[in-house]
Amino acid sequence: MAQIHALRRVASLLLTPLEPEDVLGLVNPLASYRQLRGIVTQVTEETADSRTIHFRPGRGWNPHDAGQWARIGVEIDGVRHWRSYSLSAPEGADPAITVTAIGVVSTELVRRTKLGDILFLDVPQGDFVLPRHPRPLLMLTAGSGLTPVMSMVRTLIPRRPDADVVLIHSARTRVEALFHDELLELADQFPALTVKHWFTREGQGRRLDLTEVTDLETVCPDWRGRAAYACGPADFLDAAAALWESELAAEADDAAEALMIERFAPVLLPGAAGEGGLVTFEKSDKEVETPGDCSLLDAGEQAGVVMPSGCRMGICRSCLTPLVAGRVRDLRTGEVHGDEGELVQTCINAPAGPVHLDI
Amino acid sequence: MTTTAPPPQRTEARPRTPVLASTGHPAVRPPTAAHLSDEQVAQLGRELDAIRDRVLASRGAKDARYIRRVIKVQRSLELAGRVTLLFSRRKSALIAGTAMISIAKILENMEIGHNVLHGQWDWMRDPDIHSTTWEWDFVSPAQTWKHTHNDLHHTWTNVVGRDKDVGYDLLRMDEEQPWTPFALGNPLYNLVLMPFFEWGIALYDLELEAWRTGEKSSDELKRDLRLTAKKALHQFTKDYAATPLAAQLVSRSGRNALIGTFTANCIRNAWAHAVIFCGHFPDGVDTFTEEMIEGETRGDWYIRQMIGSGNISGSPLMHLMTGNLSHQIEHHCFPDLPSNRYAEVAPHVREICERYGLPYTTGPLPRQVFQAWAKVCRLAVPPQGLGPWLREELHARFGSGSPTRLPKRAVNAAPPTVRRGAAPLVAHVL
Ligand SMILES: Cc1cc2nc3c(=O)[nH]c(=O)nc-3n(C[C@H](O)[C@H](O)[C@H](O)COP(=O)(O)OP(=O)(O)OC[C@H]3O[C@@H](n4cnc5c(N)ncnc54)[C@H](O)[C@@H]3O)c2cc1C
Ligand code: FES
Repeated sequence: MAQIHALRRVASLLLTPLEPEDVLGLVNPLASYRQLRGIVTQVTEETADSRTIHFRPGRGWNPHDAGQWARIGVEIDGVRHWRSYSLSAPEGADPAITVTAIGVVSTELVRRTKLGDILFLDVPQGDFVLPRHPRPLLMLTAGSGLTPVMSMVRTLIPRRPDADVVLIHSARTRVEALFHDELLELADQFPALTVKHWFTREGQGRRLDLTEVTDLETVCPDWRGRAAYACGPADFLDAAAALWESELAAEADDAAEALMIERFAPVLLPGAAGEGGLVTFEKSDKEVETPGDCSLLDAGEQAGVVMPSGCRMGICRSCLTPLVAGRVRDLRTGEVHGDEGELVQTCINAPAGPVHLDI
Repeated sequence: MTTTAPPPQRTEARPRTPVLASTGHPAVRPPTAAHLSDEQVAQLGRELDAIRDRVLASRGAKDARYIRRVIKVQRSLELAGRVTLLFSRRKSALIAGTAMISIAKILENMEIGHNVLHGQWDWMRDPDIHSTTWEWDFVSPAQTWKHTHNDLHHTWTNVVGRDKDVGYDLLRMDEEQPWTPFALGNPLYNLVLMPFFEWGIALYDLELEAWRTGEKSSDELKRDLRLTAKKALHQFTKDYAATPLAAQLVSRSGRNALIGTFTANCIRNAWAHAVIFCGHFPDGVDTFTEEMIEGETRGDWYIRQMIGSGNISGSPLMHLMTGNLSHQIEHHCFPDLPSNRYAEVAPHVREICERYGLPYTTGPLPRQVFQAWAKVCRLAVPPQGLGPWLREELHARFGSGSPTRLPKRAVNAAPPTVRRGAAPLVAHVL
């Protein structure tokens, strides 16, 4: 290690202002001094609109815990875009993400990713992970919300015969259900796993109704005794949170502890948008006239500023940027706030009048 | 807790330079553009904005591939050149290595470094090719250079007294700059500046003059000195210590390696110096007074950039090797458009100049260089010739009885507040 370090220093002396990685990058696409990268090793079709993309990360990646997500950067028409994706591979395996095409970045990933492509990466993060001590679990997922839970199932089920997991997954139809066959096989092979698919558009299909207990009691009568994990669309999660709150508040000390939630998109207050204003990125020397419903993060990226970011939904705080002057509006609550020097989350704050950021 | 809108003075207290007037006209319109009405100038501004918007809308993967390819070629050349110098006992290796490093340095400084530091590639949001992270193979640190170049020179282009690039505080490059005997050395200074251009720029970027007059604080100067010293040490070590030492160890060719890196630096410096002097000093390029920018509109700003810059004509290879500063006019109008697109907008800009009766200065490199040098020599002597000054000098030194010696300054009737240094000598660097 010390030798590598010494060698690196000597190389730097000969290459300055370049770093050795800049030169290694001529032959190794994963070498970069500033930006973790990965190379795509396999692309699997899951459903018509989803693909699982396996990649081998470069140096600097940390192995993920089941349920964690990573920031993935993709270049679309020369411009880098970042989104978060849960890692669907089990712990210990090479990472993979499972993406469903719904917008700009996801569609690019699903339709265009090929073997050997380079993905830009950030290390795995998130605390939507398995409990430290074994306990009966209930997984409630809908649509692409199955991805982090799939990693948990793949990690836990083959290794722990004593596990007890009920997975309720809601999808529109059988062909649109992610990992459908693999889940049934796992449930067949391991008694530790029970899988209940709920199809909303098949036969008499309707939505899984979480506004009251009936559906849940039918599919998983002992749900109250399980530690629950939920991931899916916002209304699905909101209903689950409300149900746990009202049904279990008396029993559990903390309903939040009985139910863990992973959101893929921020909960925005309808109509939280205000006037907007001119946003100045001081160090980057850029200015953008920004509407009141556009996050500072989006505004900065559109102007070509390299903005730090993570989940893009207000949970990880990777996007904190010092406010130099002006006030910002929290798009989730509508609250207008901001003091000089305050670190603001650019992903969920929009300008409320002219704003100066120290970036 | 919802609060009301912020007190507006919080942001208004931080005005950004320079805010252009939306209508009207400057106190004095430059003579070259005096025939244009306000409405014509506004229309010209809109036409140039439209050109810019067209390029912005079509920026994409092709451009990204272009800059990455140039960087790849440059790094390969740099690496190959340096490795070749490690074995430079043979003369052929010395020549090949030096040539490769010279070309690599020129590409790095011009088509890559200068343009990346202008933010021309920021839109890709690639932290590896970004104005905020880039450091270049040049003594002057990116940060200090960006200030004097992007903030000062590109804002005050050719405004005598404001744009220090007019002579770089060293040369007398404009008739408006008062003549002092120091200017006699113009050609000599320029000749010395040529092979050591990067050191000249590093010194210039410290803005000692601004510090002396109090515009720049001592803390800022200290910070810049620290940055520059560190950068200079790294650059010096790489080319003049580490590379020769490695060559000595590998093949006992340290001396030749040193000759190679020194020559490469000189070649790059002389080339950069030549190209940059073509940007604002050839005949036909205007300079401006402060009244000409007072109340300047966007259209007037464009006009100042166009008539204050000069292009170099030539092949695509010439454009590449000059970092597209051969499209100085287009670069000054649109400093943050990707350099590979200047060639495509040039005919449109030229057509606009013709239609509005404005000059569009361009010519082959040798002619432009000659004209810039001619100006350096011409301005070494005062407007009324050397005769009067010599007579005064002789009289003062050897003249009989005259009790008071005339101060030298009295020779040219310059306002006493203007010091030599305040006159931008080489003010137009890129
Ligand atoms: C922690 C975390 C983990 C995630 N894991 C995954 C994952 O494993 N697989 C996956 O496919 N995506 C996942 N996402 C969502 C992903 O980050 C992107 O938001 C998603 O791919 C859409 O991006 P886009 O650029 O394609 O859409 P955009 O063009 O940005 O948006 C298109 C439209 O879709 C809406 N939209 C955005 N996200 C959703 C959503 N989840 N459901 C419904 N509408 C939406 C937007 O509001 C917008 O109107 C995760 C997000 C987070 C924060
Ligand atoms: S990006 Fe995660 S909090 Fe803003």
